[in-house]
Amino acid sequence: MARRRFSVTRFPGFAPIALTAFVLLYAPIIIIVIYSFNASDSVALWGGFSLKWYVAAWGNEAVQDATLRSLVIASVAACVSTIVATMAAIATTRRSRFRGQTFIYVMINQPLMVPEIVTAVALLIFFAAIRVATGYQGLGYLILAHSAFCIPFAYLPIRARLEGMDLSLETAAADLYATPWMTFRRITLPLLAPGIAAGAMLAFVISLDTVVITEFIKSAGQDTLPTYMLGQLRRAITPEVNAIATALLALTVLLLTAFFLLTRRRG
Amino acid sequence: MAAPPRSPARTSWLLSTPALLLLIFGAAGPLLIVLVYAFLEPGEYSGVVWQFTTEAWFRVFFERDIFDGTVSPADAHLTIFWRSLELSVLTTLTTFVIGLPMAWFIATRPANQRAIWLFLITIPFWTNLLIRTFAIMEVIRNQGILNSLLIRLGVISDPIQILYTETAVLIGMAYVYLPLMVLPLFAAIDRFDFRLLEAGYDLYASRWQVLRRIVLPIVRPGIVAGSILVFVPSLGAYVTPRILGGGKNMMIGNFIELQFGQGRNWPLGAALSLILLAIVLIALLIYVRVTTREDSRHG
Repeated sequence: MARRRFSVTRFPGFAPIALTAFVLLYAPIIIIVIYSFNASDSVALWGGFSLKWYVAAWGNEAVQDATLRSLVIASVAACVSTIVATMAAIATTRRSRFRGQTFIYVMINQPLMVPEIVTAVALLIFFAAIRVATGYQGLGYLILAHSAFCIPFAYLPIRARLEGMDLSLETAAADLYATPWMTFRRITLPLLAPGIAAGAMLAFVISLDTVVITEFIKSAGQDTLPTYMLGQLRRAITPEVNAIATALLALTVLLLTAFFLLTRRRG
Repeated sequence: MAAPPRSPARTSWLLSTPALLLLIFGAAGPLLIVLVYAFLEPGEYSGVVWQFTTEAWFRVFFERDIFDGTVSPADAHLTIFWRSLELSVLTTLTTFVIGLPMAWFIATRPANQRAIWLFLITIPFWTNLLIRTFAIMEVIRNQGILNSLLIRLGVISDPIQILYTETAVLIGMAYVYLPLMVLPLFAAIDRFDFRLLEAGYDLYASRWQVLRRIVLPIVRPGIVAGSILVFVPSLGAYVTPRILGGGKNMMIGNFIELQFGQGRNWPLGAALSLILLAIVLIALLIYVRVTTREDSRHG
């Protein structure tokens, strides 16, 4: 037959649609990255390569402030959520089933199910009441909300790693009279480390991304990088936003690549 | 089990307690306060007056004339509900039509390439939603790439107004949520036994028949999962309609926000949040029922 060899897995049009979609998925992001290096003041015309928007963003006090706040919140939230998620993951995979396990699952996954806007509204009301009662205006609200929101994202990779791990080493350690704590420190923790690192990275990325919850519960002057950008988008857009977006993008891609490599080596 | 302690259940609960406490105070608990607030009277500037009333629920669907007290359906609210529902359904359909070929394409790559293609889908998935929405805005603006390109090619002479329309919101949401459709579809197709296709073709089925009668029924759990994963965040979307829709094309999420801002009607906002939550939970229940039924059918 002169026709192309018949392939059972081919559907006409599927490959072109898929490839076009991949291009369209990346095109807008790539455009932002390219225009962040634009020397021209206009957002539409290309005026040659320049780093001036990065310099402008770097020198902008509001941006510095928001960046620092974002990093502080994301670091604390990633640490806290990863620690508590590790404990919960060990409790829900390394032990015999117990009553209430489903409740714990539902609670941990709850931030993934409830729309972010609803959580944001709930926290707004709750924290407003606490503000009135205590007068506290600090970063604690944002850190608490971000830590809670990041728990499922830290939990999932840790749990996946635990489920793929062989129990025999831990049993062997116990047979050799290791205490549960020693078994955990010397056996479980080192084996689990890539999962924990992966969970922490996802938690960090998610905290950096969270915009709706932050926008609702931040006190005055507590902009994070995403809420700062959201505020800027309401006004005239400057190419400075492109530069900030690109920098944030680069950080995310870096962390995700590390995550990808960490989880890939398993098995 | 490693070193069985005297009371395993108690240790498990102790280990889970810090996570549970954080989730109760930082996420789930305050939802109960929303339930209470939905039955209170709005305060004059913001907040509530502690007086029981079902007025907020009434106000969701009806409005009362200030002068003669006649009751009529709240058309503005119904328009917003309808727009949210319509845009969410359209977003789900659009992502399915584009996502199915993408998932199929990834699943039929050689094993060593598959991880790379999957990674290419995952990057946008984890990339800041705000940045992706902003990127779409840059493309469809009147002076944006799309319009400039079309004008230079001579297709149009004046820029088309896409930004701040419902179409813009649809494009943005489909773009932003596409990976949520592709990933579960891929998971379903990946487990697919391709010998079934051979069997179909041996029995003289056409490509279309194979797709409709063999592929779609078998990857159904993936379709359901992807649809729910796209539909749920679409319905609650806030950032995308706010940036791409402007003030005129509000969705439920923006309408809720309005009640806590200029609207100054916290109970109404609380009632709207609960309605949104209820719809989402129903969608999730359908999902759980469909997937568990599929599981039991396949053993």
